[in-house]
Amino acid sequence: MTDDILRMHDITKTFPGVRALQEVNLSVGRGEIHAICGENGAGKSTLMKVLSGVYPHGSYSGEISFDGEACEFSDIRDSERRGIVIIHQELALCPQLSIAENIFLGNERAARGLIDWNRTNHEAAELLARVGLRENPVTTVSDIGVGKQQLVEIAKALSKRVRLLILDEPTAALNDRDSEHLLDLLRGLRDQGITCVIISHKLNEIAAIADRISILRDGRMIETLDMRTDEVTEDRIISGMVGRDLDHRFPPREPRIGTEILRIEDWTVHSPTQHGRVVVSNANLTLRRGEIVGLAGLMGAGRTELAMSVFGRAYGTNITGRLVKDGTEISVRSVRDAIRHGIAYATEDRKRYGLNLIEDIKRNISAAGLGKLARRGWVDDNREYQVADEFRTSMNIKAPSVLSTTGKLSGGNQQKVVLSKWIFTNPDVLILDEPTRGIDVGAKYEIYSIINRLADEGKAVLVISSELPELLGLCDRIYTLSAGRVTAEVAREDATQEGLMRYMTKGQTDTTNGRSTGSGRSDTTNEQE
Amino acid sequence: MSATAPTNADLAVSGPGLGDPSPSAGGPGRRLSVNLRQSGIYVAFALIVLLFSVLTDGALLQPQNISNIIVQNSYILILAIGMILIIIAGHIDLSAGSVVAVTGAVAAVLMVEHDVPWPLALLITLVVGGLIGAWQGFWIAYFGIPAFIVTLAGMLLFRALTLTVLGNQGIGPFPDPVRTLANGFTEGYLGNIGLGPLGGADLFSLLVGIAAVVGFAAVQWRGRMARLGYHQTVEPLPLFVLKIVVAAVVVMTVIVQLARFKNLPWVLVLLAALILAYSLVTSRAVFGRQIYAVGGNLQAATLSGVKVKSVIFWIFVNMGVLAALAGVIFAGRLNQAGPTAGGSFELDAIAAAFIGGAAVQGGVGKVVGAITGGLIMGVINNGMSLIGAPSEQVMLVKGVVLLAAVAFDVWTKRRAGASR
Repeated sequence: MTDDILRMHDITKTFPGVRALQEVNLSVGRGEIHAICGENGAGKSTLMKVLSGVYPHGSYSGEISFDGEACEFSDIRDSERRGIVIIHQELALCPQLSIAENIFLGNERAARGLIDWNRTNHEAAELLARVGLRENPVTTVSDIGVGKQQLVEIAKALSKRVRLLILDEPTAALNDRDSEHLLDLLRGLRDQGITCVIISHKLNEIAAIADRISILRDGRMIETLDMRTDEVTEDRIISGMVGRDLDHRFPPREPRIGTEILRIEDWTVHSPTQHGRVVVSNANLTLRRGEIVGLAGLMGAGRTELAMSVFGRAYGTNITGRLVKDGTEISVRSVRDAIRHGIAYATEDRKRYGLNLIEDIKRNISAAGLGKLARRGWVDDNREYQVADEFRTSMNIKAPSVLSTTGKLSGGNQQKVVLSKWIFTNPDVLILDEPTRGIDVGAKYEIYSIINRLADEGKAVLVISSELPELLGLCDRIYTLSAGRVTAEVAREDATQEGLMRYMTKGQTDTTNGRSTGSGRSDTTNEQE
Repeated sequence: MSATAPTNADLAVSGPGLGDPSPSAGGPGRRLSVNLRQSGIYVAFALIVLLFSVLTDGALLQPQNISNIIVQNSYILILAIGMILIIIAGHIDLSAGSVVAVTGAVAAVLMVEHDVPWPLALLITLVVGGLIGAWQGFWIAYFGIPAFIVTLAGMLLFRALTLTVLGNQGIGPFPDPVRTLANGFTEGYLGNIGLGPLGGADLFSLLVGIAAVVGFAAVQWRGRMARLGYHQTVEPLPLFVLKIVVAAVVVMTVIVQLARFKNLPWVLVLLAALILAYSLVTSRAVFGRQIYAVGGNLQAATLSGVKVKSVIFWIFVNMGVLAALAGVIFAGRLNQAGPTAGGSFELDAIAAAFIGGAAVQGGVGKVVGAITGGLIMGVINNGMSLIGAPSEQVMLVKGVVLLAAVAFDVWTKRRAGASR
């Protein structure tokens, strides 16, 4: 296929301390459905943001040509003018406006500055017919379901004379029937000459709909498979996504695993924002002293929700189940309870949930254990400084002093501050959620060393990670989570990336019934706000 | 990493008046710029004082006028202390003026109409202020209504309550001790002493001033020694000495002028105690730290085990108590509680906090900064009225100063962000 509508050449995009994309090449044929696959953090969304101008020309290196012409988009409007429309995972609709208003938002059907409502609603009705949505255009968007909202987004894209439609996890939030309808619609659009790029974790869907598949891993383009000529199975895609070689190095460790320290029994958590939705279902996990346990799962599987609900019910409602620590059941109803019982949780989003970025290192490190530095409510400043400075040395936090603002540190050093904060509370159980997300290789090694040290001290460490090689290199045992259920418990010796990925995707489609949001993180976010 | 992330300097605004727990770090060039940012507000205050001294031919710094500035602004400064805590936590209080009015009315009814002994009446009034704060704190912290709305409603509610209590008239006069607290001066316990060309001055006031300066220097010195003992970086000795000398000169100048006039105003004594106490709470107490944590990153504070709701509740209770104190002092100063008392006081207190370096997003601010901000506005008010400027000009200048102060703050933060 030589008739490419889109060519991206040698795209490199770096964030402070991280290379998100490295010399990525992508070509998309005219009128095809092109799927992009990869693990969380492989660079899929970044690549699409480069393409759509979210990251403007100049913030990345490399060239983009669309329909034979070089493109230098400075923002989303630029790319939309050329017919490239992106539909993000978190839908960008205004819930209080009508369907028609949303479709023509920023693109109003107006004459002499006044909106022509007849024309707006009439044209909206035509677009709705094209996407097969039978709703009145004046209906408020918040009154229709997530699946229909997704169709409104597509109608909105069509109104912009879309030629290349990018969908980021379009079916993550949909139930089977809505997903089916959406995929049919994409096939229909392809027949009308609209090219689609689709990002999805649901490999069965990709296998069903895509003409070609490009696979990203660690910011590099690994390969492009042609579904029409090659024999491509889901396993084939998985092996491309996870790679064969463990190219990370891990510090050596002799595990000395002791007795059970924490048991999570029949743990069930409901979503605080969506009534009746089960986020974690009957999960059973055990952690032992000196053990590093992994928790694997795709985005939206409920990993963070499980961890945060255990950590003093910081997430979720209607939580049932038992926590047994050292053989006795404990009641953990608040974060303070959790800290008192020796449980620590380092968040996956350290900037939003982990650190006070405008404060200095010292005050961040003392934040969770301030009581240990205080007598009768008064903080011993000098002692605090001393403690923080000891952590700066032992954790190798690279900063001129503990009075440096945490917001100015690199991701790796920020993470060390978060870990210091929790280590200072002297926990028995540490839950580390994506401890190496967004930090460079060198700092990762240091974080791994810290995790090993904690285990050697007899603490239990539960590591949540999207990077399977990391779990395989670090953990003694790995639980896999899929759609809120623990689907497997695998010892390190028996674990392979392919095997884990199979458990992580197990039952993906048959358990996401009803209205559900896709991304676990966006759900957590809603709860916090 | 956002461009608006403030630098360390905001958190370590070091005042000449009170101890700053955190020493500066970094090289000499950085130190200079950091110091400039830290001291910007004080430099601005000094320049404004200088400007009006010249414009008023020195009338601004006359003994009686200094006394006037302190007494006239005392209730705003007391409100500013409560307000800065609320703003640090990322909230706002629009009801402070109405609470001043209603608590003044409560005090008047108790003291004047029911002849309750004044200490008991004062206590009851403070409790009423605390209950008002608890009412608002409940809706904000536990019910989750934005403080802007709750206190806007409070502004109306408590004004209505004032009018209900007072009818449409003032109640007075207040007992003498209350008027003395609001308007009076310490006695000349030790008689006068001659100061050469400056004439006679109250010995007791001078001794208090000297004690304050010596105490301040001693506390600073001890803190410095302790930090050195822990091998922390401290500012160079000359700078340290300079800071203390400047603070001593400023304090003693004010004290000498007051001693030449009528001794120390009681409200100054009260204010000094409040400033000292609240500075300590914000910099050293666990509770103070939690206020900064809540304002700096609510989620991170929650996930670090801070009882966020209770912190927010208590800072509003505190605000209510301080507003009640301001209410009694204001009523005592006018010698009657009036239905329109405290009008727009909350705006002055908010302006004082922001001029004093508080951040709109929360997490940043200092008690001493808010006091300085309040004094800047007080000096502008006073200085402009001395030169006979009409009130519209005073308002204009205050508006420009508020905007300029916040713009300067935003600008320096952005530059700090861009330089990375």
